[in-house]
Amino acid sequence: MEMVRTEHLTYTYSAGTPFQSTAIKDVDLSIESGEFVGLIGHTGSGKSTLIQHLNGLIRPDSGKVFIDGEDIWAEPKKIRRFRFKVGLVFQYPEYQLFEETVRKDIAFGPRNMGLSDDETAARVARASSAVGLGKEYLDKSPFELSGGEKRRVAIAGVLAMEPRVLILDEPTAGLDPRGREKILGEIKTYHENTGATIILVSHSMEDVARFASRVLIMDHGELAASGTVSEVFSRSEFLDAMGLSAPQVTRIFSELRRRGIDVPADVFTVERARDVLLSLLSKGGARK
Amino acid sequence: MMNDITFGQYFPGDSVIHRLDPRVKLVLTIAYIVMLFIADGLYPLLVGVVFAALFYAMARLPAKLIIKSMKPVVPIIVFTAVLNIFFIEGDPLWQWQFIKITREGVLTAVLMSIRILCLIAGSSLLTYTTSPIALTDGLERLMKPLAVIKVPVHELAMMMTIALRFIPTLIEETGKIISAQKARGADLESGTVMQRAKALVPILIPLFVSAFRRADELALAMECRCYRGGEGRTRMKQLSLTYRDWIACAVMTVGIAAVVFINLYGPEVFRL
Repeated sequence: MEMVRTEHLTYTYSAGTPFQSTAIKDVDLSIESGEFVGLIGHTGSGKSTLIQHLNGLIRPDSGKVFIDGEDIWAEPKKIRRFRFKVGLVFQYPEYQLFEETVRKDIAFGPRNMGLSDDETAARVARASSAVGLGKEYLDKSPFELSGGEKRRVAIAGVLAMEPRVLILDEPTAGLDPRGREKILGEIKTYHENTGATIILVSHSMEDVARFASRVLIMDHGELAASGTVSEVFSRSEFLDAMGLSAPQVTRIFSELRRRGIDVPADVFTVERARDVLLSLLSKGGARK
Repeated sequence: MMNDITFGQYFPGDSVIHRLDPRVKLVLTIAYIVMLFIADGLYPLLVGVVFAALFYAMARLPAKLIIKSMKPVVPIIVFTAVLNIFFIEGDPLWQWQFIKITREGVLTAVLMSIRILCLIAGSSLLTYTTSPIALTDGLERLMKPLAVIKVPVHELAMMMTIALRFIPTLIEETGKIISAQKARGADLESGTVMQRAKALVPILIPLFVSAFRRADELALAMECRCYRGGEGRTRMKQLSLTYRDWIACAVMTVGIAAVVFINLYGPEVFRL
């Protein structure tokens, strides 16, 4: 079933002033319920503008956004409804923390939804355990946590609204490798457990290749490509033209192929590369 | 929503006005304000209007921008005009019970409106055509004599530079925080005054936290580059007066002289 759809979405910043610039134009996209989609694109390609349309933070100049079949701007006064349905985690979300305790901060979203105290408490518990925050964290001040912990509190703050669609803008930016792995793993688990639709905005082709089933590419405000991971990442010239590049391991394998070694073209993750290499070795090595 | 603030913004360009020395521009702005206040009639004020129009034309700023920057002062002008029209004593032009409009009232209202418009136009021209850095540089140099009486001139100028530098950053940050809290369902647009004030807490706290964080980082970065105040500090850009600056000063002097002359010997009509 279709969860997210946009039709001819167009938005211009500072229209009618000398600073005018078109952020996105004529974007048509469709995302199925339960899909894990990677959204990639160069800096300034319109990714951030696009995702802010999906929960109604930005109202398009023209075009429509449908969530679960409903036009979100049909009744502008009820737009908040869609903010709960489509959870958006901004870049560096830890800068949005403001409450005295982690518990209260995570509860901010659910309380805005008007949920009962019991339901709020249950959601805080579920959301914090989803991001791997133990009970001992809940009564601490968010400002005394480490960077990675703050990030997880902020993500929990969005998860607690239990949105049907979860959009994450560079959720691992500025974290160390272990923190990255942890957060990505938690997002994957959340996806598997809840069946929510996930849109992951990332600069890291490796992350997108590992987790997403489909990839959308934005370029100069337009949706330049949409397809499965192998469809998109196997077109390396196309990616180069966008200022992007296939995952490193894919580039190594295409170089191997160029040198006449018989390896498949659809290697996008390190795990798959390992399996391919092991089977190659067991067959007697890569000698020509 | 925060992008509509044009007052005090700098619009880069390379017109004659842009290239004037910031010290000269500061002094001339003050001189222009003085000129507006000594002008005590319609004719001398017109000199001020002509000057403003001339300088704006020379600065080659878009007309749209000028109109936009005037918008926020319109209520103030209307308010002063209305007060003046109804509360100044003199020859009544029109009367209805205790409400009356006098000739003096109307005249004062018109003159005051022109004066306020010129004031705003003149002082915004300074910030439109002078980059914040040049402006504080100029201020620092102009106030240097005050250092003798222990005024921390350099520190004040540095504080101003930093404050100006961070205004756009903080505006951008505010926008981001507002979006992030709205994404969590924060309702900023409805409710009573109290509810709305409360709704600002989730925005103000992160904003303050980040302002302090930035201040810390900036202080550290400055210390890493051995900042130790103004003492012995040299400048990359030396300010020096050119023929342009002298011409500008001469023009302003002529303007003030003209205003004084018209004040003294001009026609008696439209006087206060």
